[in-house]
Amino acid sequence: MARFVVRRLFSMLLVLFAVSVLTFLIFNVIPNGDPAVRMAGKQPNEEQIEAIRKEWGFDENIVVQYGTTMEKLFTGDMISYFTQLDVVDEIIKGIPRTLSLAVGAAIIWMAFGVGLGLYTAMRAGKVSDTFLTVLALIGISMPVFWIGALMNHYLGFELGIFPNGGYVEFTENPADWFYHLILPWTALSILFIGVYSRVLRSNVLDTINEDYVRTARAKGLSERRVLIKHVLRNSLIPVVTLWGLDFAVVIGGGAILTETVFNLQGVGQYAADAIGQLDVPPILAVTMFGAFFVVVVNAFVDIAYAALDPRIRLESGSSAA
Amino acid sequence: MSQTAILSVEDLRVRFQTEDGSVQAVSGVSFDVRRGEVLAIVGESGCGKSVTAMSLMGLTRGPNAEITGRATLDGTELIGAGDTELQRIRGNTMAMVFQDPMSSMNPVYKVGDQIVEQIQAHRDVSDADAQEQAVELLDAVGIPGAAERVESFPHEFSGGMRQRAMIAMGLSTEPDLLIADEPTTALDVTIQAQIMRLLRRLNEERGLSTILITHDLGVVADIADRVLVMYAGEIVESGTLDQIFYDPQHPYTWGLLGSVMRLDRPRSERLAQIKGQPPSLLRPPEGCKFRPRCPHAFEKCVQHPVLEARGGDPAHLDRCWLDAERKRAVRTTATGEIGLEAA
Repeated sequence: MARFVVRRLFSMLLVLFAVSVLTFLIFNVIPNGDPAVRMAGKQPNEEQIEAIRKEWGFDENIVVQYGTTMEKLFTGDMISYFTQLDVVDEIIKGIPRTLSLAVGAAIIWMAFGVGLGLYTAMRAGKVSDTFLTVLALIGISMPVFWIGALMNHYLGFELGIFPNGGYVEFTENPADWFYHLILPWTALSILFIGVYSRVLRSNVLDTINEDYVRTARAKGLSERRVLIKHVLRNSLIPVVTLWGLDFAVVIGGGAILTETVFNLQGVGQYAADAIGQLDVPPILAVTMFGAFFVVVVNAFVDIAYAALDPRIRLESGSSAA
Repeated sequence: MSQTAILSVEDLRVRFQTEDGSVQAVSGVSFDVRRGEVLAIVGESGCGKSVTAMSLMGLTRGPNAEITGRATLDGTELIGAGDTELQRIRGNTMAMVFQDPMSSMNPVYKVGDQIVEQIQAHRDVSDADAQEQAVELLDAVGIPGAAERVESFPHEFSGGMRQRAMIAMGLSTEPDLLIADEPTTALDVTIQAQIMRLLRRLNEERGLSTILITHDLGVVADIADRVLVMYAGEIVESGTLDQIFYDPQHPYTWGLLGSVMRLDRPRSERLAQIKGQPPSLLRPPEGCKFRPRCPHAFEKCVQHPVLEARGGDPAHLDRCWLDAERKRAVRTTATGEIGLEAA
């Protein structure tokens, strides 16, 4: 276990370094990428631009620029090119919002995905299976910015059943917090429920033909116990990996569209705004933040994987990425 | 050995609907298993021997299967039994050991827990007691260090150990009948012998009635009391071990015996085989089902022969139209050797 942690920490640092370098480079080489020109306003003259360059250190060697940027990120001194606000503070402000969205949605999509997957597998080939399969495919095909906007418009704005976007702190009013999150959770979950139910359905159908499931039946176990203990348990193993990764992506600000459509002002929306302005410091910081969560959650997924499947040993170096 | 039947199967028929049409996997099989005996069912792959056994356990039930006939285990009807009743019987008074021990245990649970699960499905015992029983069972089937090995996962066991553990699991509820479906096919020859000796010992010590399904006549010769030979979904010959080995009546049985490799005979050019393929059960041949492959077929074989005593002994049944004298004359290929065709 100790070796596993050390190895994981090391690979985490490596990933974060690579992500930071790539992100930094991409936003330095894209056209119109010169921040000094954009920061200088609508009709800048050369001197103004040059002054900004000097002040922000854009005239330095790119390696030096990268170094100072990273230093600022870790000392908490990094500020946005355009809003002049502290980047780390802004991210911290967005975390509870993004976390609320991610945790709720992840629970919803896992529960419904597994339930639906198990149900359709049990009814494989029947009308209800075909119907739900089509429904799942529709769910997968509906982009969140579209379904989210529709929900917001009809259920929020027109009918007034739900609030029209926005966020209320949990500590302020838990009921209102929940009320505001129902639509975002639903919109974000729809796609995942579709994907998860499809994956679980096919896993269950594979597992149910395993010899050990026949053994379980031959032991005289009830069909329910066979299904839960022997079929579902083994079918869930790959789904857990998927879940961990998707959850990490959403926490790391990956639910950009959902956050923006429902105006949750979370980490994802912060990133979306920054990308619109090619504001490199927030983009870099959110990317690092997201990568950090992906790597950390991945390590937890590996641990969960080993707990679910005793054939996997964390020490052997064969852990899944 | 008492003569009362623990299991009585009458006219068992199993039909599956497949994409290509309906397959009559088992067509009218009747037999008894007597208390304390080892009954072997032999035949090629696809002859319906496993389907017969699994249908007794209710494991072939499904929307595409049509199972008719009767099978009574100690007075309880199996074929018509409801799901709940069947759950109460299987793994309890009737247990099954499967062909491939590598895949027959759930990889994510400890071996001991899988045995405990079966005990607790049928007996109201505490976890600790069930665990203790699991240790005793593993010890009884010859797993060294059973007290530690109950904590092992299946992948930490060798194939032979897993099959022993499967047998221990089968025995955990002290069943009246154990069905072993090719229990040694996936194992090394040396391990095969150990497993067979174990089954024989359990049969003798515990009076366990056993159905042994196999295509390996060597295994049959070791432990069976009586033998059923199956071909294309039906029994073509049944008798005692000696009758089947020393006075076989059906040409298919001759073929099976002739294709056994024997180290006590001079080596022939090549191993004898039965020409052709077993018939498709989608469209089985008219009359005797072995007719297309039988070198001794004659006019009468277009009629389907019933399974009856044809050679004198009322306990020795077969489905061949040839008369007993003719059979004894044509089956011999060399002195003391039995084969399908003259050498």
